Amino acid sequence: MDRKNLLLFVVGGLVVTLGLAFFVSPLASGSPDGLERVAIDQGFADTAEEHAVGDGPLADYGVKGVEEEGLSTGLAGVIGVAVTFGVGMILFGLLRTLRARREGSASGP
Amino acid sequence: MHIPDGFINASTSLAAGVVSAGGVGVALKKASDTMEEKQAPLAGLVAAFVFAAQMLNFPVALGTSGHLLGGVLATVLVGPWAGVICIALVLFVQALFFADGGLSALGLNVLNMALIGGLGGYVVFLAIRGLLPKTRPMVVAASAIAAGVSVVLASIAFFVEYAIGGVGDVSLGAMFAAMVGVHALIGIGEAVITALTVSAVLGVRPDLVYGARDLLQPLEIRPSEPAARV
Repeated sequence: MDRKNLLLFVVGGLVVTLGLAFFVSPLASGSPDGLERVAIDQGFADTAEEHAVGDGPLADYGVKGVEEEGLSTGLAGVIGVAVTFGVGMILFGLLRTLRARREGSASGP
Repeated sequence: MHIPDGFINASTSLAAGVVSAGGVGVALKKASDTMEEKQAPLAGLVAAFVFAAQMLNFPVALGTSGHLLGGVLATVLVGPWAGVICIALVLFVQALFFADGGLSALGLNVLNMALIGGLGGYVVFLAIRGLLPKTRPMVVAASAIAAGVSVVLASIAFFVEYAIGGVGDVSLGAMFAAMVGVHALIGIGEAVITALTVSAVLGVRPDLVYGARDLLQPLEIRPSEPAARV
C-alpha cells in the first residue's frame, strides 16, 4: 500500500516537474540573473570565458537544430529533467544497495 | 548564481573543488548510511524538480532575474546529506550538458549552492525550527526563512571567493552591497517557492518530509472500543 502510494507520488511529482520544464520554462525571464547583473554593474562580466561545451547540443538550455525558441527551451528542460532523474535514481539506488550489502555482510556469518 | 569560467582564478577554484569533493564525499557516505528504501526515488525526484525550477527565472528588479537555488528545499525534503547530493547532481548536469556554470568553477558552485546553500541552509532551518512551536505550518515557515537566508549566504560565499581570487578589478565594498542586495530580493522568491513546495508535499505525504519527521505520530495499537461507549 505504502509502496504503491510512493510510486504514485513520484510519478505525480515527475508529471508536475516535466510540466514546469516544458510549458513554464519558455516563459521564464531572460534577464541576467543576480550574479550576472552584479558582474555587469561592477564591471567584471567581461572576464567570463566561453563555456567548454558552449557549442554543445544543449548549451544554454536549447536543443540545437530546433528553431522555435520556446519549443527548444522546453525540450531542453524535459531532457534535463529526464537526465537528472535518471542519474539520481541510479546514484541513490546505488547508495541504498551499498547500505543493504553492508548491513547484510555485517549480520552474516 | 552559477559562476562561469574566468571569474575566479585557478588556484581558488581548485581549492574550492577540493573542499567540494570532500563535502560531497562525506554526503555520499552519510546518505548511504541513512538511506531508506522510500528515499531513493524521492531524492531522484527532488533533484529533477530542482533542475526544472532552476530554469524558471523570475524578475526581481529592473532588468534582473533570479531563480530557485533549491538547497533548503532539497535538504528539508530528503535530509541534509541526500539534499546536498541532489544539488551537486543538478550543478553537475548543468555544467556538463547545458553550459551553465563553468567546468573549472564547478567546485565553487557546489560549495556555494550545495554545501553552503544546502547544508548551511539546513542548519539555519534547524535553528529556526528550534525556536518555533512543533507544528507543520512552522516547518513551512522555518523552511521559507532558511531558504531566503541560504541565498544570501551563497551570495556572501561568492563575495569571499571573489575577494580571494577574483580576476577582475572591482571595488569590494560596492560589490558586497550589490551582491547581498540583489540576492536578498532573490531570497524572497526562494522563500516563496520553498514554502509552496514544502507545504504541498506536507499536504499530500507528510511522512516524506525529512525536516518534519519528528511531527509524525507513531503508530499505536489500541484495543478497539465498543461503539456504545462513544
